[in-house]
Order: sequence, then structure tokens, then C-alpha cells
Amino acid sequence: MAKRILDVTINGTRREDAVADSTLLLDFLREQLGLTGTKRGCDGGECGACTVLIDGEPALACITLAARCDGRHVETIESLAVSGRMSALQAAFHEKLGTQCGFCTPGMIMAAEALLRRDPHPDEAAIREALGGNLCRCTGYVKIIESVQAAAEATR
Amino acid sequence: MSARKMSAGATAASVQAHAVGVRQPLIDGVEKVTGRAKYTADLPAAGALVGAILRSPLAHATIRGIDVAAALAIPGVRAVVTGADCDIAYGVIPIAQNEFPLARERVRYRGEPVAAVAAVDAATASAALDAIVLDLEPLPAYFDADAARAPDAVLLHANKPGNVERDVDHVFGDPDAGFAAADLVREQRFHYAEVTHAMMEPNAALAEWDAERGRLTLHSVTQVPYYVHLALARCLALDESRIRVVKPFVGGGFGHRTETLNFEIVAALLARAAGGTVKLGLSREESFLTHRGRPQTDIRMKIGLKRDGTITAIDAEIVQRGGAYAGYGLVTILYAGALLHALYRVPASRYHGVRVYANTPPNGAMRGHGSVDARHAFESLLDRMAGELGLDPFAVRRANLIVPPWRTINDLQVNSCGLGECLDIVERASGWRERRGKLPRGRGLGMACSHYVSGSAKPVHWTGEPHAVVQLKLDFDGAITVLTGASDIGQGSSTLIAQVAAEVLALPLERFRVFANDSVLTPKDNGSYSSRVSFMVGNAAIRAADALKRELVAAAARKLEVAVEDVEANGETYRVRGTDRDLGWKDVVNAALEPSGTLNVKGAWSTPPETQGGRFRGAAVGSSAGFSYAAQVVEVVVDEATGEVRVERVWVAHDCGRAINPLAVEGQVQGSVWMGMGQALGEETGYHDGLHLRANMIDYRIPTIAESPPIETYIVEAPDPNGPFGAKEAGEGALSGFLPALTSAIADATGIALNALPATSERLLAAIVERQRAAKLAAAKAARAGKGP
Repeated sequence: MAKRILDVTINGTRREDAVADSTLLLDFLREQLGLTGTKRGCDGGECGACTVLIDGEPALACITLAARCDGRHVETIESLAVSGRMSALQAAFHEKLGTQCGFCTPGMIMAAEALLRRDPHPDEAAIREALGGNLCRCTGYVKIIESVQAAAEATR
Repeated sequence: MSARKMSAGATAASVQAHAVGVRQPLIDGVEKVTGRAKYTADLPAAGALVGAILRSPLAHATIRGIDVAAALAIPGVRAVVTGADCDIAYGVIPIAQNEFPLARERVRYRGEPVAAVAAVDAATASAALDAIVLDLEPLPAYFDADAARAPDAVLLHANKPGNVERDVDHVFGDPDAGFAAADLVREQRFHYAEVTHAMMEPNAALAEWDAERGRLTLHSVTQVPYYVHLALARCLALDESRIRVVKPFVGGGFGHRTETLNFEIVAALLARAAGGTVKLGLSREESFLTHRGRPQTDIRMKIGLKRDGTITAIDAEIVQRGGAYAGYGLVTILYAGALLHALYRVPASRYHGVRVYANTPPNGAMRGHGSVDARHAFESLLDRMAGELGLDPFAVRRANLIVPPWRTINDLQVNSCGLGECLDIVERASGWRERRGKLPRGRGLGMACSHYVSGSAKPVHWTGEPHAVVQLKLDFDGAITVLTGASDIGQGSSTLIAQVAAEVLALPLERFRVFANDSVLTPKDNGSYSSRVSFMVGNAAIRAADALKRELVAAAARKLEVAVEDVEANGETYRVRGTDRDLGWKDVVNAALEPSGTLNVKGAWSTPPETQGGRFRGAAVGSSAGFSYAAQVVEVVVDEATGEVRVERVWVAHDCGRAINPLAVEGQVQGSVWMGMGQALGEETGYHDGLHLRANMIDYRIPTIAESPPIETYIVEAPDPNGPFGAKEAGEGALSGFLPALTSAIADATGIALNALPATSERLLAAIVERQRAAKLAAAKAARAGKGP
């Protein structure tokens, strides 16, 4: 299988890796880099659990080829904590119980992260729209909305 | 979305509460939000083989042969296993074990595992699956209960005539007299689609076979590591001491993982055959096929009421299409009848339940196990009958409230019930009296009640042991390690256990670390199902903490040279009563370790005998040491042009006895209500010739955040004398009430009473169109009649 050298910045660190043309970003992150915070919840583009940021925009790592990330910046859930301390969004999901089983949480938080960068004080409708592709089976989303609102509030 | 806490009566705690009742973020929450939490698929497994499963392409067939020679010949293939490698049947109910990890002689549903491979990588494993040659001879297949029960139907299991897995006939009191005494008797048929758990984490297992020692380690996504342990020992014919089962972080369960699942045994068989480590990750589609969801159900419900709304009798017939194997089936069909009781005073009942085998993936336990569809049928009919009698839906419920202590006619013991308060709260909060029946066309309010067990009072595997055991370890570092087998799958059980222990010892939560679910270290636990953990393991944790406290007080007394009665424990300070002589935590710990080093204590708990049900066959199912109660109001908007239903808001009050962690209680109640909404509005599996039509997260449509309503959540605390600090369950009871509250709201909005769920726009639109046709027809008839002959 054809491989190429991928020049990509992962969580702020630029690196070069040999990847097959067919390698999905999700497999590259999980299998090659050991960044298992990004989850596989479905068979492709169904659930949002693998949401990462590519050049700041939310993307589904399970239907993105790693090769497409050449020269770009990829951010995963592992990048958010600073010196081991939770970001405002992570702290809010923790404190407000925006996470129960936690499996959708990394994708949910990355989608919310993209939203808050774009719109630091979104209204509820904007939160619902931004997270519309991220499924959660535990919370009924009530506390997820509260978490995003609390994180936005924390930066006021 | 705010939650308020309503207190019912005094709580038992006399010490100043500082851990119980606190809105406590999960003690493992940091791992979850940072991505550090390791789920089974995340576990490091360098060099592990990749497992893959070959599944039956037919719904019902005789296996004439499986040729694996070509697969084995592929370089990189390390093992191929088939039904020939395990001839020992398993199943969660000891008297109903009829499933093999890989099919033998016959396949009974499309997607049933027939062979599995372990290879050096995924591509090789996939090629190996393609190289296996299956020789199947089709048999007639049955996809609904009626077809499977037809007199000439081929039997799925030779020992089950008529393809009936379990036929339940229960009569309590005198239902005929009850109906005779009723002022209004009504009967209605209902139909419910099959639904499934769709937990976010797909199934996965990591099996390591230590060929030198003949030992197996399995990491899996289970809710019931102990049952998995038993099934592995059974199917691999291994002594239980040679097996270690570990549950890492688990991405939800909702009942899917409350029994050993085929892939867990298959992973172990592969690891042993290959002599190494096998990682078996199922696709989302395969996770759907593993199923164990709520069965397709048909219900005939009959109720008798007095003019004042008092229930005089119930007569229910429930048929469940249970899929191809037994699983929890007999428990499900028993629950459906048993839990018609304990919500209201019911003086007489007749229940006929039939669990039928069919050529669909096996059903099992799903949140609200057995009670959900039956509750919808009952509440819906009750609601309509109240209307006929001119009674408000709240009034008819209040006319039948249980006043504890109460023993139901089927011998369920109710020691606490806060349903009355739940009703008051949601009635007020929703503005029911001002708004019901007065909203514009297309907008409606509906309400319903529900309840659930706090753990089955008799465990599935009856061994005579206590229902729950918790160990505490205190060592030189002054930290307390809680060892528990309780499976935290996101509901927050580890947090709750730590809170309970911290409360008893009056220590800060930071002193505790919870270590859970590793069979080499943690005490056996039956697992996370039937909402048993808060109640049972919580009680065991109280007893363990009490035991540790006794040790610490005794040590302080020795050190301070006073009588035990003179020592007063106050958090981290142990003081001689009435003096200023005391010992700090370090000194107390040192004193406690002095005689024999590291302290290990334990607490155990069992359900009181009077809560374990009656003496008739099937009586154990439904029995519980404590029942939770819930009432909810749902507001909908219906678009009569499209049949689309939008849920605008939900008000729910749940009586959890005592909210040990109100934050987690709210999360559980909201999740329950929302999961009920998914089933009520649109979730449905569906099969074509046995082929699963919706084995993905797009076609099996759980609600997204876009259409999920605000859920106003109210906690009611009617403390249960048996519960830990009075607590009862919070994770299931509110689910089943959503379905009837929704259909009642749709009826309020449109006048249409749905008798089948889900309430898809297609189904509702068909009812609306049918009503329009009927109205036109009636108008035409009236016009003709007016003209005269």
C-alpha cells in the first residue's frame, strides 16, 4: 500500500509520519500516535464521538483521511488541558455532569470548543446547532447544554 | 432546567451531613473530560492479535458444514474457532442456558456468530473470514410472535413446544369479582416496536491467554464482570481461579451488558486457541446485532374502575417476541406482569404472559426491564377511562395511591412511597390545572406515573451469599481504598460508594480512592442491573465504614487509655469526650495499625427476607427492598399537516428516597426520561427477512440535542427504611412514565389516542388522515340521512 510522509501538527507539535494513503485520521491518532482520547463510536460519520479540530474547525476523524491533514493543525481532546489542569470547558463538563459514561465526551467537548472559539457567548439555540451531530445516550443533553453555558459564563 | 429538592419527612442522618446530599461531580470525571479514561478499545495491547467474527447470512438454517482450511492456510492467521470449539451452552439464567458462543448445528438469527479468527492484523483477519466456507441449509424463519407460534412452525429449540419460551399465568385476588364490582370496564390492545440500547461505546474485549500457566485475563465492556467470569469458566471449562475479569471504563450499558455476551467468550476462545492476546472490537453494526434490547410487544389491557377512579381489577395479556435465545427472557416476561403492581393499590389481577422465540437477535434487559411497554398500556387506558368518568388524570392516580407499609397482592413489599408528592410537584410546576385542555389546537399536556425496583431482591445466581460486599483498606499513608465489584458504567456508583463511606466516617472525600472491578482484588459483586447498586452496595459501604470506624475508635481508646464509649470521632480528630485530649488522623491511623498492620475491613448487606417476594413460581421477579416513584408531565406540539411531534418541555419528579448525590440523581432522571422519549418518538429496530434494517446510529435514530427538550427535574425524598441513608434507585424509574405521558399529550393536542409506538410522524399522520376520512364519511352519511329515502 502506498505510503507518504505526512507533515502535520498534532496538538501544537509538528511531526512527520509515514502513513498509508488509506489511513483514516482516527486510526492514525489512536493506533499510530496512541491518542486514544478520540473515540470510535460508529462505523463512519454517524455519532460524532471522534470529533477533532482541523485548523480550528470540527471534523469527524473517522471519515477523514490522515493524508488530508498534511500541512494542517489537528487538535484532540488531549490538547485542551494546560499543565495538567482542565480547561474551562472540561471543568464545566466535569462539575455540571455534562459527562456520564464519558464516551461521547471528548467529541462533544471538541465540538463545543470550536463553537466557543467562534462564538464565546452562544445562546442555547447556537449550542444545540453546534452539537447537533454529537450523540449522547446518557444525559438527555440537559446537563451538556448547562456545561457549555457554564464554560461560556466562566470567560465573561 | 433548574432542579429543586423537595424534602419529605425527616431524614435519618443525625450527624452533620457533609458527603451525602452533596452535589458531587464524579470522582472519575476528570479522566472522562480529559480523554485519559481508558475504555476497552483504548487499552494498550502492543502485539495483540486482531479478532474478527463471521456471522450467519441467514435467519434460520441448519449448519451442514464449516470449512476453515483455506482460512487457516492464510499467512498471519493464528487461530480459527467455530462451534466445534465450544459445546457448552451458556445463558444468564441458570435454568435457561441455550446459547453457544459460536453457533452449533443451527443458526437462529441473521448475524449470529458462526466462526471467528485471530490474525496479525485487521486485513488478514478480514481475508480469513472471507475464506471460511459456510454450508447452510435454510429453514423456515419467523419474524413475529404469531408466525413463530403457528401450529406447524419449526421449533427453534426442540424442548420448547410452540416456540414458547415461557408462559406465565398469574392470578391474584379475584379479578372476576373486581370487574363485576367496577362501574367502568375497558379493554384495549397496544403494540410496541422493538428498541435497543445503542450505548455510545461499541462492544470490545481484550483477552489474554497465559499458555504457561493456563490462565485467562479478560477486559471487557461489561456491566456484570462476575457473570462474565462464570460464563468464561463454564464455556472454556476452566477453574474459576484461573480467570481474571477486569472492567475498564465502560461507555454506557442500559442493560445491553447485563449478561455475558457472545463476543466476550469468543475473544477468550480465540486467545486460548492462538496462545496469546486477542483484541476483538465489534463494529457499530455488530454491536446492534448483539442486541438484547426491549422486545417487540403486543398487549391486551383490561381495567376495571369505580366511579371515583378506584382500580377494582386488572387483566393483562402480554406477548413478547424474544428473539432466538433465552437470555433474560423469562425475567422480562415476569417483570411485565409483576410491575403492574406496586405503583397503585391493585386489589385483583390476572396476568398472562407469553415469551416467544423468533429468528431475530436475542432480546434481553433494557432500562426499565420488562415494565416499560406494560406501563404505557396501563397508564394510557387508565387515562382514557378517567376521561370517560370525568376525572382529571391526576385525580385518578391520587385515588389509587399506596400508603406504606403496603404489601401488594403479588407479595411485593412497599416501605416508602413519595408518589403523592411527585404528583403535587409536577401538577403545580407544569401549570396543569390552568392549562390542561385549554391549550390551542396542536398543543397538549399529558401526564403519567411510573416506578421501579431498587435491585432485584433475589439475585439471578442464588448462592446464599450476601447481595453486596464492600472492602475498605487503610494503610500507613492514611488513605482509604474502597474495593468494590460494583460496575460504574457512567451512572456514578463509584462516587456514591465513596460518598457513603465518607459520610459514615465523617472524613473528606479526598481521603478515599475507589478501586473497582478487577476480580483478583475486588470483592464479588452481582453487577450493575435492576438498579441494585446504590441500594445494595450503598448499604454494604455503610457497614464497611462502620466497621472501620469501630476499629479507629477502639485504637484511639487504647492510645488515649480510655473506654471506647468515651471516644468521640469527629472527622479526622478522635477526642476523649468532654476533654481537649485528642488524636489527629495520622496518630489514629498509627494506633489502628499498631497491633497487626494494614487494616482491612468489610461490610456486607442482604435484602430483608420479607422483601424477597412470595412463594409462587416466578415470585422473585419484581420483588425489591425498595421502590422508587416518579410522575411527569409532557408538553407537546403536533403539526397536524405532517404528524410531526415536538416535545416542548418535561416536568418530572422522582422519589429516590434520599439523594446521596443530587447531581447524579438529576442526570439519571433526565437520562431516563430522555431515553423514554427516544422509544416513544422514533426508535425502532426492524428486520427484513431477518436482516437488521437499522444497525447504525443514523437509521436507528436516537434523539439529538437539537430536538431534546428541557427537562425540569425535581427530587422527592421519601426515605426508605431499608435504603442507605434512605436512598432508593434513580436510574430507571422515570423512563416508562414518559411514553404514556407523551401519548396522553398527543391526545390532548389532537384528540388522537395512539395504541402503537413509536409515535412516528407516519403513524400519527395516518391516524389523522383516517380520522378526516371517517369524519367525511360520517358527514356524507348524515347528509344522505337528512335527505331521506
